[in-house]
Amino acid sequence: MSSTVDARGLSCPQPVLMTMDEIKKVSEGEIEIQVDTDTSKENVSRAAESKGWTVKAVQEEGEGYRVIIAKE
Amino acid sequence: MSGVKNLLATRWGIIGVGAFIGVLAPLLQKWGNPGNMGICVACFERDIAGAVGLHRASVVQYMRPEIIGFVLGSLIAAYLFKEFRSRAGSAPIVRFILGAFAMIGALVFLGCPWRALLRLAGGDGNALFGIAGLITGIWIGTLFLKGGYNLGRAEKTHTSVGWLLPLTMLGFLVLMLIYPQIAGQPKSGVLFYSLKGPGAMHAPLIVSLLVGLGVGFLAQRSRFCTMGAFRDLILFRQAHLFTGLVTLAVVAFITNLIVKQFHPGFAAQPVAHTMQVWNFLGMVLAGLAFALAGGCPGRQLFLAGEGDGDAAVFVFGMIVGAGFAHNFGLASSPKGVGPHGIAATIIGLLVCLFIGFTMRRK
Repeated sequence: MSSTVDARGLSCPQPVLMTMDEIKKVSEGEIEIQVDTDTSKENVSRAAESKGWTVKAVQEEGEGYRVIIAKE
Repeated sequence: MSGVKNLLATRWGIIGVGAFIGVLAPLLQKWGNPGNMGICVACFERDIAGAVGLHRASVVQYMRPEIIGFVLGSLIAAYLFKEFRSRAGSAPIVRFILGAFAMIGALVFLGCPWRALLRLAGGDGNALFGIAGLITGIWIGTLFLKGGYNLGRAEKTHTSVGWLLPLTMLGFLVLMLIYPQIAGQPKSGVLFYSLKGPGAMHAPLIVSLLVGLGVGFLAQRSRFCTMGAFRDLILFRQAHLFTGLVTLAVVAFITNLIVKQFHPGFAAQPVAHTMQVWNFLGMVLAGLAFALAGGCPGRQLFLAGEGDGDAAVFVFGMIVGAGFAHNFGLASSPKGVGPHGIAATIIGLLVCLFIGFTMRRK
């Protein structure tokens, strides 16, 4: 099952911290991270990739993005 | 996919931006800016505070066009790449106080993180103590972040909210054009100008403005941040921003060698003092305040340019903090710390600890 992290409106480095916490918690599967700036989108993607996760999709949604990361 | 869209946010992008700043900052110094102060966000905002009379330290009064350029360059980049997003409301009062004490700490050391690197690249050994302090302050900040420190969410808001700091900067530029510097005069219209000291040393207005615009544009795209460089390394073992910072220092060092601005030593370095405990602790305070506010002073200007109203409040906090720093004798000079600099550093550290300990969520 996928989990969701809502990091909208939060400034650096909170979105990455929250993503890292979720990665530790679920260890595999799919995580959807909601962010509202391009910087957060890039930071979250970079952090996930550094932990061996892949960025499956980045979808624009409303005023921000949904970054979907996955690990088998 | 996103990598193609923003080349400057890649590893080579951040290295390129670090190199760009590393070449131009020493050149600005060659073109007239003060020693090892091609670019210093804290010093230049302090000079702006002096230009508008928030403090009356006669040697540090000049409306620095680099700062204006940083904000407007970032604004242009944000609009061109559709990244301008007006947002505000994440504990603005805290950001103001953090900005004020970040400035006070930086003025005890005599430089922001950018200048700390430029001082080192110019051979000023005292900068080592400042950089060590900066890293220590950021490290303390990461402990708070790990412990759940969080200033809360910003909300999307009216586009015009994000325009207020860029418009203020535009207003400052207009003032500079209406009231240009008159040789030998300490005042032109409402603006104060230094006749001697660092405030009297500056590159031509158009050069400073163009370099500022260029740096602002590139830094917005690359997310260049000197605080984030150390924070991400400590917190996530991520060296992305750090590679940009190292590039800046190395390229500035090489540029200084080429233009003969490298003078190694500790004593009699330009706009610097040798009271190492306070070089260290001043930057512990600044580093901690930057970490708690989520960005170095340069980054706060770039964020403000792309619509972040909370970053704009931090900027105003720094400018007002500079007023206090000089009016209260908190800022250092080449002779050493100011009469109340030590007390202010300790109070600032206590305020930051209070903020760090009490503003946690979970």
